[in-house]
Amino acid sequence: MTEPSVTDTEIERLPFDVVVIGAGGSGLRAAIEARQAGKRTAIISKSLFGKAHTVMAEGGCAAAMGNVNPNDNWMVHFRDTMRGGKFLNNWRMAELHAKEAPDRVYELEAWGAVFDRTKEGKISQRNFGGHEYPRLAHVGDRTGLEMIRTLQQKVVAMQQQDAIDLGDPEAMIKVYAETTITRLIKDGERVAGAFGYVRQTGRFVVFDAPAVVLATGGIGKTFKVTSNSWEYTGDGHALALLAGAKLLNMEFVQFHPTHMVWPLSVRGLLVTESVRGDGGVLRNSQGERFMFNYVPDVFRDKYAETEEEADRWYSDPDHNRRPPELLPRDEVARANNAEVKAGRGSPHGGVFLDIASRLPAEEILRRLPSMYHQFKELADVDITKEPMEVGPAQHYVMGGVEVDPDTGESCVPGLFAAGEVSGGMHGSNRLGGNSLSDLLVFGRRAGLGAAEYVARIGAKRPTPSEGEIAAARAEALAPFERTVGENPYTVHSQVQETMFSLVGIIRTEAEIKQALAELAKLRERAAVVRAEGGPAYNPGWHLALDLRNIMLIAECVAQAALERRESRGGHTREDCPGMNPQWRKVNLMLSLDGDKVALTRQPMLPMRPDLLGLFERSELKKYYTEEELPPAGEEKV
Amino acid sequence: MGNKVKLRVWRGDAGKGDLVDYEVESNEGEVVLDVLHRLQATQAGDLAVRWNCKAGKCGSCSMEINGRPRLGCMTRMSLFEPDETITVTPMRTFPVIRDLVTDVSFNFEKARQIPSFTPDPSIGLGEFRMQQVDVQRSQEFRKCIECFLCQNVCHVIRDHEENMPAYAGPRFLMRIAELEMHPADTADRREIAQDDFGLGMCNITKCCTEVCPENIHITDNALIPLKERVVSRKYDPLVWLGDKITRRVHQDTQKVPGKSSGHGAARSDSRAKPGRGRHQR
Ligand SMILES: Cc1cc2nc3c(=O)[nH]c(=O)nc-3n(C[C@H](O)[C@H](O)[C@H](O)COP(=O)(O)OP(=O)(O)OC[C@H]3O[C@@H](n4cnc5c(N)ncnc54)[C@H](O)[C@@H]3O)c2cc1C
Ligand code: SF4
Ligand code: SF4
Ligand code: FES
Repeated sequence: MTEPSVTDTEIERLPFDVVVIGAGGSGLRAAIEARQAGKRTAIISKSLFGKAHTVMAEGGCAAAMGNVNPNDNWMVHFRDTMRGGKFLNNWRMAELHAKEAPDRVYELEAWGAVFDRTKEGKISQRNFGGHEYPRLAHVGDRTGLEMIRTLQQKVVAMQQQDAIDLGDPEAMIKVYAETTITRLIKDGERVAGAFGYVRQTGRFVVFDAPAVVLATGGIGKTFKVTSNSWEYTGDGHALALLAGAKLLNMEFVQFHPTHMVWPLSVRGLLVTESVRGDGGVLRNSQGERFMFNYVPDVFRDKYAETEEEADRWYSDPDHNRRPPELLPRDEVARANNAEVKAGRGSPHGGVFLDIASRLPAEEILRRLPSMYHQFKELADVDITKEPMEVGPAQHYVMGGVEVDPDTGESCVPGLFAAGEVSGGMHGSNRLGGNSLSDLLVFGRRAGLGAAEYVARIGAKRPTPSEGEIAAARAEALAPFERTVGENPYTVHSQVQETMFSLVGIIRTEAEIKQALAELAKLRERAAVVRAEGGPAYNPGWHLALDLRNIMLIAECVAQAALERRESRGGHTREDCPGMNPQWRKVNLMLSLDGDKVALTRQPMLPMRPDLLGLFERSELKKYYTEEELPPAGEEKV
Repeated sequence: MGNKVKLRVWRGDAGKGDLVDYEVESNEGEVVLDVLHRLQATQAGDLAVRWNCKAGKCGSCSMEINGRPRLGCMTRMSLFEPDETITVTPMRTFPVIRDLVTDVSFNFEKARQIPSFTPDPSIGLGEFRMQQVDVQRSQEFRKCIECFLCQNVCHVIRDHEENMPAYAGPRFLMRIAELEMHPADTADRREIAQDDFGLGMCNITKCCTEVCPENIHITDNALIPLKERVVSRKYDPLVWLGDKITRRVHQDTQKVPGKSSGHGAARSDSRAKPGRGRHQR
């Protein structure tokens, strides 16, 4: 077989109507919708089909179906989501999400998903932090796998229909696995396509398309300890910036409270929140159930004050308040961090999560099979007999591409975004289970938005700029052409170290400034890293190209974190404790000015009165300035 | 803290390749994938290895470690003697792309030939009613992470590429079983399981079950019951009619046609056909 050489100039051109970058939950859902709207659709993914990061989601998918507690409905879900995000969420997104999630879950069932069942044979729902009622549709602790497999199989089912109707399974929807996009290509103001390489061969491809949906997931590989996989290098965030779109809320990074801390090799591996949802409790080295000491004032009336009340809640949630272990993630992560700092941590620098003393062994095995498996195989810990050692790690980014809530379109015509790469929906902190539902709701909307956009422009299709294509190619080949330069792995691990230690869970002005200074130096080094070997399946080269994105995103996070002088959700400033209602009204927007990251402030759109009316004035007072509140007395009771 | 371990890794591509010896540092509690990553970061920047989740959840990091098909991310170094040389090679049943990465497109092609979930179209959104006991079996099979280790180990196609066109392999015979056992499915794939997907070629050696990282009882719970269903359909139509009379269309569902242009045509020109370019040992 002949190997294509580095200097192979040929670039394959692939014309489509809609190109979806990402084959996780949001990308697949978007592609399905675009195809159903009659558009010729490509799905592109860095990894193999069916392996995207969504596969790792464990706990479940939040949707107010009310199958377990009939009191649940979209309004309760909306309220929980806004509270979890500390009212910084884009309220329109939170509204659409709460209203549409149930149908999206039911749709999955009709496509072949097999969720766990209630006694009546309906989809079962489980408790999770910040959700007032049992709300997460789930399959044991492998819900993400079920979701991705179902969507994958739905794509296959559509291809099978096309094989029968059109004689070619790939006539209308085609998957380009192990293909990485490194640049979006434009025609003036509009998006016109995407440039990338095929991992297997190193060959370059250009997807010519008037509409591109970014569904690339998160930014975890910017941090040292993360539950995220190698794919999470912030590609979509960076591609959007480079194409002229804006990012918002980038200072809000979720550090999920419970991850394995030992052995080092698995540090950061997620321990699902379902362990707590199903009764697991957190203890310090003195055996104290410490979460009772960390209930913040805004949540004081909603959480139990004694262990007895907390324990009664599992069987009688209508007459007791929730255990504090189920507070939103940011609260629990900070509490874990504080206990360790105070010297009450576990031997390997975490805290104890105990399910063994709370449920019979068979029950643990039935409800949490992969957790059992994970601890047994990787740490020699039997979770039915002993507590787990857990600690926080980077888990999710709330920030992302600013989009129109209804269509997913960014400020660049033809560029759409959905899933973790988009911003706004979760405000300053995401509730567990709200991501999988977000992927479905907004994946569908972005797919539809893209299809409608393509229909709207009709024959006025853009032509990709040849100049931009040539520049993208040169940029991609650069690491091979350097004869001197560093190894990308070294630079990458230093960025991760810098971000985790200086712009991590707890932040200060001085440390963020130090991080920015170090990032500036690292950026120079990243610009000249070198790849050894050839273009075919070469991970060193791939990382060299990913570094550009990692650096850009690290800088966005650090700049926004420096600017926001308050603590809220996934942004804790030790030097600016507490929420400030003035800051609640502001979004921090990031864009590129030349090759510099530029930051601006943008006021939030006031919430629609009918949605505001879903909250009691007394609750809103905790978040809002006096002028923003509805006049006293007019309040709906 | 770290000690040195001896690693012998297959390096090469579809054309040729060889085992290469390395000495790499390893720390307590690590898995084989950690050590391969350290090798990549310090000595062999271009070492090709697939991985994603590093948590045994995505099924990307399938390889053969000392000849045994395993997930690199779930194989702990403590399994081996400290001075043992650990040999890491790509899955043998699939053509090599580079180093430890193989072309697994055979699997995606098979997946596309199996008729999909076919519910009764009159059931509306949210109206499915299924009991936990009735979905348990399909759920067991849906734990599959598509690592294709079972496909790799099954002797029907391992070293017998001539059988590949007529045989779906354990993962996809199990997919047929999963759909057949789904309480809301109405299609009947028993005939094609036998005729088009080669169920008869499986002689229940259970090698597939032994390597499955998800501990799915592929042979006992999927393949043998599927064989029984096929037999009952052949010899006693009343049994299956009775079994499924309420919902099943009394007609065999056909294998899905399709030009097999492969999965991801950006690479179709350079893609070796399954079986071709298999590395030599
Ligand atoms: C361990 C873990 C457990 C979780 N559990 C839950 C849970 O229980 N409930 C919940 O709601 N959420 C959970 N989450 C969060 C949730 O899983 C993710 O936020 C969500 O899956 C992201 O989906 P996505 O569609 O945005 O992206 P992903 O599923 O990550 O997909 C990204 C896709 O983009 C592709 N891609 C990226 N860059 C490029 C590029 N440059 N070119 C081409 N393709 C590219 C990737 O290959 C991939 O296919 C969990 C997260 C983790 C890490
Ligand atoms: S039991 Fe059947 S499918 Fe499994 S390895 Fe043996 S022959 Fe192959
Ligand atoms: S059945 Fe088991 S071995 Fe086979 S692909 Fe699935 S997870 Fe892997
Ligand atoms: S990397 Fe996902 S299973 Fe090993």
